[in-house]
Amino acid sequence: MTTTLPVAAAFHHEYIPATPPPADIRPSPVTWALKNLFSSPFSCLLTVCFTGLAVWLVSQFLSFALINAVWRGDSEVCRANPDGACWSFIGAKLNYLQYGAYPATERWRVDLTQVIGAILIAWLLWRNAPRRNTAALLFFGVYPIAGFALLRGVEAIGLPVIDTTLWGGMMITLLMSVVGIVFSLPLGVVLALGRRSGLPIVRAVCVFYIEVVRGVPFITVLFMANFMMPLFVPEALTPDRLLRPMIGTALFSAAYMAEIVRAGLQAIPKGQYEGAQALGVGYFTMMRLIILPQALTIVIPGIVSTFIGLFKDTTLVAIVGIADFLRAVEAARIDPNWAGPTISSTGYLFAAIIYWFFCFGMSRYSQSVERHLARGHKS
Amino acid sequence: MSNKSKLSPVISPENDRETAVELHGLNKWYGAFHVLKDLSLSVRSGERVVVCGPSGSGKSTMIRCINRLEEHQRGRIVVNGAELTADLRNIDIIRGNAGMVFQHFNLFPHLTVLENCTLAPIWVKKMRKREAESVAREYLRRVRIEDKAGSYPGQLSGGQQQRAAIARALCMNPKVMLFDEPTSALDPEMVKEVLDTMKSLAAEGMTMLCVTHEMGFAREVADRVVFMDRGEIVEAATPAGFFTNPRSERAQQFLRQILK
Ligand SMILES: Nc1ncnc2c1ncn2[C@@H]1O[C@H](COP(=O)(O)OP(=O)(O)OP(=O)(O)O)[C@@H](O)[C@H]1O
Ligand SMILES: [Mg+2]
Repeated sequence: MTTTLPVAAAFHHEYIPATPPPADIRPSPVTWALKNLFSSPFSCLLTVCFTGLAVWLVSQFLSFALINAVWRGDSEVCRANPDGACWSFIGAKLNYLQYGAYPATERWRVDLTQVIGAILIAWLLWRNAPRRNTAALLFFGVYPIAGFALLRGVEAIGLPVIDTTLWGGMMITLLMSVVGIVFSLPLGVVLALGRRSGLPIVRAVCVFYIEVVRGVPFITVLFMANFMMPLFVPEALTPDRLLRPMIGTALFSAAYMAEIVRAGLQAIPKGQYEGAQALGVGYFTMMRLIILPQALTIVIPGIVSTFIGLFKDTTLVAIVGIADFLRAVEAARIDPNWAGPTISSTGYLFAAIIYWFFCFGMSRYSQSVERHLARGHKS
Repeated sequence: MSNKSKLSPVISPENDRETAVELHGLNKWYGAFHVLKDLSLSVRSGERVVVCGPSGSGKSTMIRCINRLEEHQRGRIVVNGAELTADLRNIDIIRGNAGMVFQHFNLFPHLTVLENCTLAPIWVKKMRKREAESVAREYLRRVRIEDKAGSYPGQLSGGQQQRAAIARALCMNPKVMLFDEPTSALDPEMVKEVLDTMKSLAAEGMTMLCVTHEMGFAREVADRVVFMDRGEIVEAATPAGFFTNPRSERAQQFLRQILK
């Protein structure tokens, strides 16, 4: 730097002090409503119409679900009240909706499995939890086997075997979803990496798998898992009737998951790979510690959407004769002892609320993760 | 030239280890495009070589061939006695011996600076975490960003990011450092801090092969300046010789342009 700036006599610059915003641009409920709801006659009209419609719908819903609902009392009380939900019916059927035909004296096993599962999931999802690696190991390694042994029973340690034909209700839905979620994500990651691999045969196999599965309806996959797997696999190795749709579900979602993960992988700049390679980091370590953590965080919304879809799609296993939660609602609904005008509506409303509750939970969790990551380290 | 005697006996008794990087008749094609044409260059241990030349002349490609970020098709590359072949073990050895600093830093944005620096020592060299961290802190201190160890790359200025990237490469204890335009993505006021880091590295006797357009740096630090054009090495000379008396017409033209 050989040039120097000419220096003039310094003068003092007076800065303008900051002032608070004037009242008419400050946000307040009144200015907000004027601007967004009543800015023109047409928007006034729309506001009034839609508010009216919303109030009417909500009041209808509340009067059916809460105000006129029957909370206690037997089927006679429900039959006499055609205007409100019959929650005592749900109360009476709750055990059946939860466990299906699982023997009453052994239901503690289901409860125990679910409580352990819930604790492990909470441990995994809670961001600041200590030793999340241990949680992952327990959840993905130990829990599936231990959980199945507990539910199914092991003669040797005095747990009576409960045949899977007796399983049903919410426990099936949760089981299907958890197994589907737990296996479809890793499988999807493997397929996505395979599809981007430099090895032509690996790539061809992965592309073939993904495109075939995505081109076939889920019901077809379920039928194939149920009826064709026994034809291909020797009798002794044929998986359980409950396991077959689970495998089908996991394999089906894995193809969708693979495409979502691939989108994430494509968003990672080449420099990240080169930075790792130049340090001598091998392929698997690079993927595990550098590429996948970044790629998966980018596609969390897509992954959670797939999970939500999978959770709701488990209702389709009813078609191969498995009594999942919706199927249990269906069976309870047609019980002649409870026949009444509002029984069906109550049953379906209950099912909808339960499904919504789970899906909304997943969606909220993914949003909080995204917010956390956005606040953290963006470059 | 002067540092050779200081370093070479310690590294290896073998004679050819005195040469840190050796290129013999290196050729590379991108499809039908001949990017590198018969390059031969040898960098002795402790030597600082600056590579310059017009855009597209193949400087990056050459330096990226040395640690196999690009594959060459003809010729030999030997780094610290290990020849670069398709043998994966040799590639790993060479990548361990050659640290690389990129134009765009290529730090891992989801890891802190300290984690960036310890990842390879822990997973490649199987170092204990505690040990890797103390090594990393030492290098971060040397590039004068020890207070940023817990920050994420996105929270650092460009100059700090590049110094973190240099520290990350040094943590693997490389025998050669390869730089590919380490300052050309930086704002002018940050260039100096990175160049100072590189100068102190040179003063410690590190072997350096550096693509840069910072002619002041070349003049001050380099033992040799290599001028490339259209995939060939056109001239190699001492900085004094190259800057005051470039022999090829192309180099004269190049220098007129960048020193204007
Ligand atoms: N992946 C690629 N495929 C095809 N051609 C490439 C590829 N990478 C580089 N090239 C070409 O090879 C030539 C040399 O590129 P290189 O990046 O080595 O040049 P450079 O000397 O580093 O230039 P700069 O100073 O702009 O960085 C250029 O003409 C470029 O267009
Ligand atoms: Mg370049």
